[in-house]
Amino acid sequence: MNDRADLEETEGAASTGSLAATEVRTPWTEFWRKFKRQHVAVIAGAFVLLLVLLAVIAPWLVPYDAETFFDYDSLNALPSAKHWFGVDPLGRDIFSRILMGSRISLTAGFVSVAVGALVGTALGLAAGYYEGWCDRIIMRICDVLFAFPGILLAIGIVAILGGGMFNVIIAVAIFSIPTFARLVRGNTLALKHLTYVEAARSIGASDWTIVLRHIFPGTIAAVVVYFSLRIGTSIITAASLSFIGMGAQPPTPEWGAMLNEARADMMTSPHVALFPSLAIFFTVLAFNLLGDGLRDALDPKIEQK
Amino acid sequence: MLQYFIKRLLGLIPTLAIVGALVFLFVHLLPGDPARLAAGPDATPETVALVRQDLGLDKPLPEQFLRFVGGVVHGDFGRSLRTKRPVSTEIAERFAPTFWLTVVAMAWSVVVGMAIGVLSAIWRNRWPDRLGMAIAVSGISFPAFALGMLLMQIFAVQLHWLPTVGADSWRHYILPSLTLGAAVAAIMARFTRSSFVDILQEDYVRTARAKGLPESRVIMKHGLRNALIPVVTMMGLQFGFLLGGSIVVEVVFNWPGMGRLLVDAVDQRDYPVIQGLVLLFSLEFVLINLIVDLLYGVINPAIRFR
Repeated sequence: MNDRADLEETEGAASTGSLAATEVRTPWTEFWRKFKRQHVAVIAGAFVLLLVLLAVIAPWLVPYDAETFFDYDSLNALPSAKHWFGVDPLGRDIFSRILMGSRISLTAGFVSVAVGALVGTALGLAAGYYEGWCDRIIMRICDVLFAFPGILLAIGIVAILGGGMFNVIIAVAIFSIPTFARLVRGNTLALKHLTYVEAARSIGASDWTIVLRHIFPGTIAAVVVYFSLRIGTSIITAASLSFIGMGAQPPTPEWGAMLNEARADMMTSPHVALFPSLAIFFTVLAFNLLGDGLRDALDPKIEQK
Repeated sequence: MLQYFIKRLLGLIPTLAIVGALVFLFVHLLPGDPARLAAGPDATPETVALVRQDLGLDKPLPEQFLRFVGGVVHGDFGRSLRTKRPVSTEIAERFAPTFWLTVVAMAWSVVVGMAIGVLSAIWRNRWPDRLGMAIAVSGISFPAFALGMLLMQIFAVQLHWLPTVGADSWRHYILPSLTLGAAVAAIMARFTRSSFVDILQEDYVRTARAKGLPESRVIMKHGLRNALIPVVTMMGLQFGFLLGGSIVVEVVFNWPGMGRLLVDAVDQRDYPVIQGLVLLFSLEFVLINLIVDLLYGVINPAIRFR
């Protein structure tokens, strides 16, 4: 979604940490010192950790089964002590479904971005380091992937592979590759001409050593920032695909799929749609605020502003 | 300038060729036999063979590809499997509602987004900035389909101010375009703010202030003009996001556009329609980026000579 906006903002965070260290500070302590000053980002980070924890222990936490429990006496009931988020038109407990849905959305967001980042970083390092035909081919692939606007690429992939959450994750991962490839390529191009890389080459270090030990660490800061921002986008993309009926299928408690189901009963029970919307919103918001904070902490330019 | 234009145009050809090849291969990547897909699940083997011959699927792949390209150049994308009408007719009926929806969404979101961005940059780290950026980060975090349902619930169902679904009058455009543009406005606001903050610290802005220009003039003339360069690039990229986003928004508002058509086509495995739409969406996006690149060249002469 907002890939290239963030991309351009993030590129500045290329060679951080080590440059800013004037006293005996490791890049890590330097980062932590700046990060913990950003209270919003710290809270967002804590919220993300809490979400992950809740998702992990959700099966032991849910009061009712998310898919097979039906409370026929309180269809469409509003939130109460018994059903915290109310009951949907089929009699299922919305709180339980939201909680179980967090496992799906967080997994989809994290796995797809992890795969996209891994492949994209490898391609970006190769393109930036070797340049020449290798660079041209990889960047051409990225151009082609970028030519499909927004969610269209993911829809095309899902149309080929078929629906379902697993295919959605693959689709969103492919969708993430070109942005990471471009980001890392740009950083690699900037880093490879620095003196310490020249020095490593002059003492006879192999290409592998130079790329992995000397260039790759310099790109991590930008990748980490982008990773966090990208998870938010990917969660929305995956939920969108489920919403238009191409991802998780009912009765799976995926948030986008839940909203799609809720659409039919908006007149009688709008609260059924409210909680999945808020769940997506707060989850994505937390990842975005965390990403913003990481960027500010890792960007050497911020200090002067 | 002409040279720059031609260079950019030629640079597009390989990308478009690969996109075309991918869209063509799409049919063959689908699981199952495309001829059987086209003939329908109840067709006899004879019918399937007939359909295969009719669609040219028995020919070698390169020949099929040339036929496909030849057809596309003449605006022939084959026939819809569902309605049996030409895909070009199906798409032509749906083009205008999507086009106008994206244009309206783009127009308001760029204006509002830039305004919020500029105001935030001027009052950096004060309350207008904090408020503006809080709205912006919420805007990029709220999924369009949820926002659409929320707006529809409030303004159409509860208040009866606006119609719920369809695209019959200008009032039908309000809610869908608000939904579609919200995220773009948020991104534009964030992006404009960061580029404006940088510019306000430039030497030429200090010079302008030092020579006694009123602050409004400094901002409008020296600030805004230079901030526009990255912002224009951003607009082109966001247009792609709008085109993609329209697919989801059209489902929410039952909008008679190309996105709705695409979702239905995927649902019914109507692959000629999918092919035509994917190709058209990409082509539109690539062309818009070309226009943006050209605009960029007009605003910033330095870029032409790189």
